[in-house]
Amino acid sequence: MIPANQILIKSNQNSFIEMNNEIILKKLIVNQSIRIENLDVYIEDQHILKDINLTIPEKSITCIIGPSGCGKSTFLKTLNRMHDESPEVKISGKVFVDEENIYGQHVNVIDTRKKMGLLAQRPCPLPMSIYENVAYGPRIHGIKKRKAINQTVIQYLQYVGLWEEVRDRVRTSATRLSIGQQQRLCLARGLAIEPEYILGDEATSALDPLSTKKIEELFVKLKEKYTIILVTHTLRQAKRIADHIIFMYMGKIIESGSTDEFFNNPKKQLTKDYLSGSFS
Amino acid sequence: MKILEEKIFKVIMICAAMIILGVLVYIIGTVFYRGLPALNLDMITKLPGGGFYLGKEGGVLNAIVGSIYIIIGSLIISILISVPLVMYVNFYLPPKSVFASSIRFSLDILFGIPSIVYGAFGFALMIYLGIRASLLGGILTVAMLIMPIMMRSFDEITRLLSHDLPDALLSLGATKYEMVKVIVRQLMPGLITAILLAIGRGIGDAATVLFTTGYTDNIPASLNQPAATLPLSIFFQLGSPVEEVQNRAYASAIILTIIILILSFSARYFSSKFTKNKI
Repeated sequence: MIPANQILIKSNQNSFIEMNNEIILKKLIVNQSIRIENLDVYIEDQHILKDINLTIPEKSITCIIGPSGCGKSTFLKTLNRMHDESPEVKISGKVFVDEENIYGQHVNVIDTRKKMGLLAQRPCPLPMSIYENVAYGPRIHGIKKRKAINQTVIQYLQYVGLWEEVRDRVRTSATRLSIGQQQRLCLARGLAIEPEYILGDEATSALDPLSTKKIEELFVKLKEKYTIILVTHTLRQAKRIADHIIFMYMGKIIESGSTDEFFNNPKKQLTKDYLSGSFS
Repeated sequence: MKILEEKIFKVIMICAAMIILGVLVYIIGTVFYRGLPALNLDMITKLPGGGFYLGKEGGVLNAIVGSIYIIIGSLIISILISVPLVMYVNFYLPPKSVFASSIRFSLDILFGIPSIVYGAFGFALMIYLGIRASLLGGILTVAMLIMPIMMRSFDEITRLLSHDLPDALLSLGATKYEMVKVIVRQLMPGLITAILLAIGRGIGDAATVLFTTGYTDNIPASLNQPAATLPLSIFFQLGSPVEEVQNRAYASAIILTIIILILSFSARYFSSKFTKNKI
């Protein structure tokens, strides 16, 4: 269904060309932040991800779409090695982050995770105050000075637009925030560890439309500095904020390309069917 | 037919509730009816004087202090062992680990062992180690008795924790130890419940302390002196032929109940203090 080594390359016009030419790939590789080669993931005996080859362009939003159970979340988890915690998951293939294979022998998993800020489906504030939630990441990564931590907390709370809303109660429990505020707090908490990438696993699916809008706006703002990879269920969301789309089905990448091209001119029949709502 | 079914089941449920309530009221009623007149300030402020068990004056301060010493000592030991064990089983071992399930299985067995067996085992162990019947012996034996209870109930609550929190912590780049520290904070109410269950079982148990702690009319000044305990104090007073002393046994039972109540309330209070930031 897909070419053996389907590769996406970011062209000058900020759009994708789909090709099999490895020579061009090698030339352009420097600009590309995450590169995945021959990735296969098995959970127990099930083959969840099948021969994934792709490159995720930096400083842009890449949305992964596809029906439930197609392996989107599994794929996202391979990027920050969260599968390490589940012994039943077997992974083969290479995932290059900043030209380093994170499944290589001498890679420290903490360093990999520190590069990836994860925003989960349901916000999960830590059982601490709002302030401590944001300060937690910098603290465990060795920042001790109170002034520096203070600055970081305020900076990122401001960044996600939460500072004005909570400035009088940063020492109170994070759980008293509304769920939309909690999700922004989780984003601030993730940003405070100063990652290079942001992973979102259906990060807005539990939120109301207004909070969703705020998070989406943040993602658009964040792509200036970060490479963002989002898993989403809603095609409209992908259409609104994504620069690039990856469509997955049954553990394979069916089609990928720039958002315009993908929605207006899909190449594969399966993609057309999915976009028209024949299955979901 | 369905209505009849509904009615019959409702009657059964109400009967069950009534039986439990009735038993409780009967026990508490008896204890208070016989104990309250005998309860006075002397009971809780004085050591038993000569001839106390024959009706002369004195109190059970020795047993109150002994029981509190033993339960606090054994709680410290069992918390120090339970928390790491439960964290290890839940977060370090893989979910379907054979080792984890065998630990849980052994805890279930230990849970069901009668306390007299712990007493006998503790006694045998003390002879082997050359410890006399003492506060230390009692603390160790009661710790053995309450540990399975604490571990098993804390474990059950830990298993209910959703994966969101561990995942959130790990994805922030926390090490497992850093993760566990936050999780214990989150699970504090569960830990408090486990501790309360353990207190309830440990403080009222007579069989474990019978051989291992001995009995004395004085307050122990060090770990290797014998200590009195409330359950044994009640036992000895009930065994007296003098009715007045028997009534004092009920008064001691009231004191024991009140101690448990105070411990429960303070545990709940501290738990709510610690966990105001709980999810």
